[in-house]
Amino acid sequence: MTRLLELRDLTASYGPVQALFGISLDLDEGQVVALMGRNGMGKTTTIRCISRLLPHSGGELRFADRDLASLSAPRVARLGVGLVPEGRRCFGPLTVAENLTVAARPGPWDMARVCALFPRLQERMGQIARTLSGGEQQMLAIGRALMTNPRLLILDEATEGLAPVVRQEIWAGVRQLKAEGLSILLVDKSLSEIASVADRAVVVERGATVWQGGITDLTPDLTDRYLGV
Amino acid sequence: MGELLNRDAIINLVIFALLVAVALGAHLAGDGFTVTLATKAAIFGLAGVGLNLALGYGGLISFGHAAFFGIGGYVTGILASHASSGMPVVTLPFTIMGSNEMLGIWPVAMLAGGVAALAIGALSLRTSGVYFIMVTLAFAQMLYYFAISWSRYGGEDGLSFYVRNTFPGLNTFAPIQYFAICAVLLALALVFTAVVTQSRFGLALQAARQNSQRAVAVGIRPYAIRLTAFVLSGMIVGLAGSLYADLNRFVSPAMLSWHMSGEIMVFVILGGVGRLCGPVAGAAIYILLEHVLGGISDYWQALLGLLLLGIVLFAPGGLIGIVTRRGRHA
Repeated sequence: MTRLLELRDLTASYGPVQALFGISLDLDEGQVVALMGRNGMGKTTTIRCISRLLPHSGGELRFADRDLASLSAPRVARLGVGLVPEGRRCFGPLTVAENLTVAARPGPWDMARVCALFPRLQERMGQIARTLSGGEQQMLAIGRALMTNPRLLILDEATEGLAPVVRQEIWAGVRQLKAEGLSILLVDKSLSEIASVADRAVVVERGATVWQGGITDLTPDLTDRYLGV
Repeated sequence: MGELLNRDAIINLVIFALLVAVALGAHLAGDGFTVTLATKAAIFGLAGVGLNLALGYGGLISFGHAAFFGIGGYVTGILASHASSGMPVVTLPFTIMGSNEMLGIWPVAMLAGGVAALAIGALSLRTSGVYFIMVTLAFAQMLYYFAISWSRYGGEDGLSFYVRNTFPGLNTFAPIQYFAICAVLLALALVFTAVVTQSRFGLALQAARQNSQRAVAVGIRPYAIRLTAFVLSGMIVGLAGSLYADLNRFVSPAMLSWHMSGEIMVFVILGGVGRLCGPVAGAAIYILLEHVLGGISDYWQALLGLLLLGIVLFAPGGLIGIVTRRGRHA
């Protein structure tokens, strides 16, 4: 398999406050990797670094054999890193169709394919995004990221705060994306769902990687120690 | 949404039709003064449409758009005055003669407005919020003071040119014909704005306005998008300045002052920020208040202030927003 994403001893700070102390992570083409850890351990910060929304201060960050250190966030998005940020962040005043159009890049993903993945969006095409339900907004956020035709899709807490039935719909969509061969880096609190979709897991504790390996190797002892469950 | 778009389109058409009807009615009644007022409303509306592209759709609160209005005006005045004197505008490195042809002057005025917007935008867009407002204001005031000291073109007294520039096949001195020119240009600017704001570029501009980081995450470059919108905005306002100079056959530093920037912003806020025909409605109301209330009291702007306060506090969507909202709940 081809290595798609590689983080080596990544460090990053918010002003004078250091948040990452050494994150290492490998993700191969077509793989689904879960980034795990308790709240405040650096998962979202790691994702912000990968998307170049936050510049890292040290270590190595490579995507598709390119060093991302000197690239801007829009450039990284155009290279194929599609981000679904935490909190269902759509462009509220725009319609569903406009939210999808604004992100569109050439490639296999278009509006029809997004609607095939999440049929609910088809019914809401002309609706203003901020008037959608939470689940529909999350589907739109994922659809918008897919419209960029990413090589890597990053899902940050994609099912947080959603009703169980909607979460099932989102997870079904993620499983379909995996089946189609899309590489995914995901952050989520649902261990059972992660176990059903992820190939590998990376556990972070206090801004550093403490364990990575196959998802089946994640023992109860490890989850107790690092995930607090 | 489709119904709402249709309603918006109808409101836009009604506003434009009202402006044309007022001018035509006044012309048929032999009231040239009112035709000129409608022309002024169309020109101010055009300036507002230009600012609305940056402010309404891009969220760029520019307090320096008088710079582009004044530049368009001065380009027109300078070219016209040189055409009448027969002296070249410049001789080195090449000779540029004056012109009294509107079709030749407008592109130069728009180009000058666009180049100024590119220079001002390239620097000011590196800031945001109150700093952006102050930087744009500072640039406009720099040009204002430059114009005051530019004695070659009248300095503080301004520059008069006694013959209105010409347009093929039309008598530009006839108020209704000059109104027709301004109304057509306003209509073209409205169509252009409607097309641009519905394009991917326009959606990206609105996306960047709503949340810059979210926009960046889908590959949008907010700086480049905003700068492009700022330049387009400057070009439209430059054209409005050219028409205004021709209307008065006079340009002065007042066209570059912060009062002018404030007035253009008032047109947009009164009519409705981010509403296609909002600035046209705002400019028309402004001219109406200036004419009607100005005849009653010198302090008419205090009433304008109250109206503006009411709009900002109770109807952020402006006059168009009030009508649209009523329609939506009907």
